[in-house]
Amino acid sequence: MKGNRFANLAVLLLLVVTVVLSFRFLDMNLAELFSAEGLRQMGDYASGFSNPDFFPQHLSAIGRGALETLAMSAIGTLLAALLGLLMALAAAGRHGLLARMASRFVLNALRSVPELVWAALMVLAAGLGPNAGTLALALHTTGVLGRLYAEALENTPAAPTDSLCLAGSGRCAAFCYGTLPNIWPQLVAYGLYRWENNIRMASILGFVGAGGLGQMLYVNLSLFQEARAATVILAMLALVLGVDALSSRVRQRWVTA
Amino acid sequence: MNTPAAQTLHDPASRGRLLLTLLMLALLWPGLQLSELDLSVLFAGDSASAMAQFVAGFWPLAHDGEFLRLLWRATLETLAMATAGMALALLLALPAALLATRALSLSALSRGGRPGWVGQLLRWPVRGLLIVLRSVPEIVWALLLVRALGLGPGAGVLAIAITYSGMLGKVYSEIFESVDLRPARALLAAGSSRLAAFFYGVLPNAAGELISYGLYRWECALRASVVMGFVGAGGLGQQVDLSLRMFAGGEVASILLVFLVLVLVADLLSRLLRWLLV
Amino acid sequence: MKLTLSGVGLSHAAGPRVLDALDLHIEAGERVAIIGPSGAGKTTLLRLLATALQADCGQFSLHDGDPWRLSARARQRLRSRIGLIHQAPPLPPRQRVVTAVAAGRLGQWSLARSLLNLLYPLDSVGVRDTLARLDLADKLFARCDQLSGGQLQRVGIARVLYQQPELILADEPVSAMDPRLADHTLAVLVHEAQARSVTLVASLHAVELALAHFPRVVGLREGRIVFDRSASDIAPDELAALYANEQLDAPQFIPPPVNPLLRC
Repeated sequence: MKGNRFANLAVLLLLVVTVVLSFRFLDMNLAELFSAEGLRQMGDYASGFSNPDFFPQHLSAIGRGALETLAMSAIGTLLAALLGLLMALAAAGRHGLLARMASRFVLNALRSVPELVWAALMVLAAGLGPNAGTLALALHTTGVLGRLYAEALENTPAAPTDSLCLAGSGRCAAFCYGTLPNIWPQLVAYGLYRWENNIRMASILGFVGAGGLGQMLYVNLSLFQEARAATVILAMLALVLGVDALSSRVRQRWVTA
Repeated sequence: MNTPAAQTLHDPASRGRLLLTLLMLALLWPGLQLSELDLSVLFAGDSASAMAQFVAGFWPLAHDGEFLRLLWRATLETLAMATAGMALALLLALPAALLATRALSLSALSRGGRPGWVGQLLRWPVRGLLIVLRSVPEIVWALLLVRALGLGPGAGVLAIAITYSGMLGKVYSEIFESVDLRPARALLAAGSSRLAAFFYGVLPNAAGELISYGLYRWECALRASVVMGFVGAGGLGQQVDLSLRMFAGGEVASILLVFLVLVLVADLLSRLLRWLLV
Repeated sequence: MKLTLSGVGLSHAAGPRVLDALDLHIEAGERVAIIGPSGAGKTTLLRLLATALQADCGQFSLHDGDPWRLSARARQRLRSRIGLIHQAPPLPPRQRVVTAVAAGRLGQWSLARSLLNLLYPLDSVGVRDTLARLDLADKLFARCDQLSGGQLQRVGIARVLYQQPELILADEPVSAMDPRLADHTLAVLVHEAQARSVTLVASLHAVELALAHFPRVVGLREGRIVFDRSASDIAPDELAALYANEQLDAPQFIPPPVNPLLRC
C-alpha cells in the first residue's frame, strides 16, 4: 500500500465510520434479527421450502421456463452483438467525430440503465412475457458490447481494410475481409461472456413480468406456494452452475486457440 | 498440368462451418419462438404510442419539494444498503477465504504448492458453499427475505451479504493464492501459525488487489441495491417500482437521473479510494 | 493503362519534400523498374500512382484523366483496375490464404457474393491456379500466420494477380525472398504482365534484378528522378552515384587488431 500510514489509517477509519452510520441509518437491529425469535420466524418460513415440489406437471413447467430463459438470453445477446457491432464502428471513429460522440453517448445511456429497469419499461411497451425480457437484455447488452467492441476495433490495425479499399472494394466487404478476421476471437469471447451473464439476468427479469423462471418464482411466491418456489430456485441454481461450468470449458478450448 | 481442373476443391473447413451454420439455424427458430421476439412493439402503432406517451411524461422531471425529500432519503437508503451489505459480506467472506485458500496449506509446503488430498478434501465444502452462495441471484434472496422479514432495506442488506460473501470469498481466496507465496511459506516452514503467516506473509502483498476488488464489488452492490428495491427492499428501486405503477413518468425520470448520477459518483469515489489506498 | 506525371511533388505534413518535380510517362503495357537508395521516396511514389496519396502540385493523369477529378464511386471503380503489391502484405494472421487471395476481386464482386465467399470459397480452383503460378498451391487452405515472410509476399502478389488489374504497382515485391526465389518470382510476375499486356511498375532494392527483368529503369534519389532510360544504357558509375552515401562511404580509420598472444 502506498501513501503514508497516517493517511491510510485515516481513510480506513472513515470507512468504518461510514459503515456504522449506514447500519444506524437503516435502523437495522441485527441483534433482534438474529435473536431466538427472529431465527425462529425465519426458520418457519424456510421450512416451507424444505420439501420441493417434484411433480411432473411442475417439472415440465419449469423445463419450459428454463428454455424460455435460455432463449431470452441467447436471442437478446445475439441481437445486442449485431447492434453493438454496428454502433461500435461509429464509436471507434470510423464514421467521423460527430458519429463517434453520438454513438458513445447512446451506448453509455443504454448500459447505465439496469436490465431490470429496461425490463419494466419494456413490459409497458410489449406487455408481459418473454418478449419484454429479450428486448430489455438486448438494449442493455448493446451498450455493454458496443463499448467493448469499440475498444477492440480501436486496437486493431486498419491497414488490411485500407489496402482492400485501395483495390476498389466497398467499405462493408473491406471490413469483413480486413478487420473482422482480426477481431473475431474477441467478438465471440465478449459475446459469450455477456451471454453467460445474461442467463443469470434473464432468470430474474421475470420478477417484473418478463417471462422465464423469474416470472414463475414470483408467481409461486405471491401465491404462497413455497414448495414449488423451492423447485424453481433449485432449477435456477442448476442453470447458473451448468452455464458456469460449460463456459469455462468453452473458453479454455476456443479462446486460447 | 495436363489433367483438367477439378470441379471444386474440397475445403477442409467447410464441413465444420456447415454443421455450425445448420446448428445455429436449427436453434434460431425455436429460440425466436420461445423468446417471442417482436421488435415491432418498439415502433408499431398503439404500443408505441403508449410507450411514447409514457416517455413523453418523462418531461418535466418531478421536482417538487416533497418528492425530492423522498428521493434524497431513498438515495441514502440505497447507499446505506450497499455499504452495510458489503460490510457484512466482508465479515463472512474473509474467514471463508482464509479457510478455502490453498495459500496457507501446510501440506502444500512439501508438495510444491498443491495440498495433500486431506487438505483438498477439507477445503472442498467451504469452496462449494461459496459457489452456491454466489450462484443464486441476490434478487432471489431479496424476494425470499422480504417475505420473511417484511418490506424494507433489511432484506436487501442480508441478500447482498449472502451473495457477495460468496463472490468475495471465492475471489479473495484466489487472490491469496496468486500473490508471491514465498514469504508465507517461509513463515509456515519456520513454525508460525497460519494466521500469523497470513498477516505477515500474504496480506501485505495482496492488500492492494483486495481493496481494488472490494471497491469494484461495492459499486456492483450499489446497482444491485437499486434492482432489489423492485421486490420491496427499499431504496431507489422501490421508488421506481412505485412510480412506474402509477405511470408517473416525471418521477421515474428523476429517479433514473439520480441513479445515473449516483453510479457516476460511486465510480469516482472508488477511483479516488483506490488511488489513495492502493 | 497509361500514366503521366508532370511536375508532381508531395510533402508529408509539415515535413521536407518527399517527391519533387517528377516528370514521368509510362505507356500501356510497359514494364518499368524504380531503383534508388532507402528513403528516396519509392514507396511514396507508388502509393501516389495507386491514388492512395494526393500530390500537392503538378499534374497526374491516370488512364485518361486526373483520377482525383472523378467522383468517389468512379475512383473506386478505377482503383479496382489498379493492383498495389505491398512490401509487407497487410494480411490478417488468422485468415486463410484462399480468402486472402480471393479478396483481390472484392472490387468486382457484389456485396452478397463477397459475404458468401467469406463463409465458403466460391472460386477455390481459380485461386489455386493463381497460387500455382507462384508455387504456393499447396498452401491454399493454410492460415496466413503459418507462412514465412517470403510466402506471405507471394500471397500478396497472388492477390493482385487474381485481381487481374490493368496496372500493377509492386513495392519491393521480393524483398523477403532468397536471391534465387526472388529472381524466379520476379520472372513469373513479369511473365504475367507480358501475357496480359499489363503495365508493370516495380520498385526494387536489388539492382541486378531490376536490370535483368525490366527493359526500362528509373533512378530515384531524394524524391527526384535522376535518370530514366533503358536498362542496357545505364553505366555503373551512374548507379554508384545513385546509391552514394556520404556517411557510409567516408574512409574510416580502423586501428589494427592487437594480438594478445604476441605479448607474452
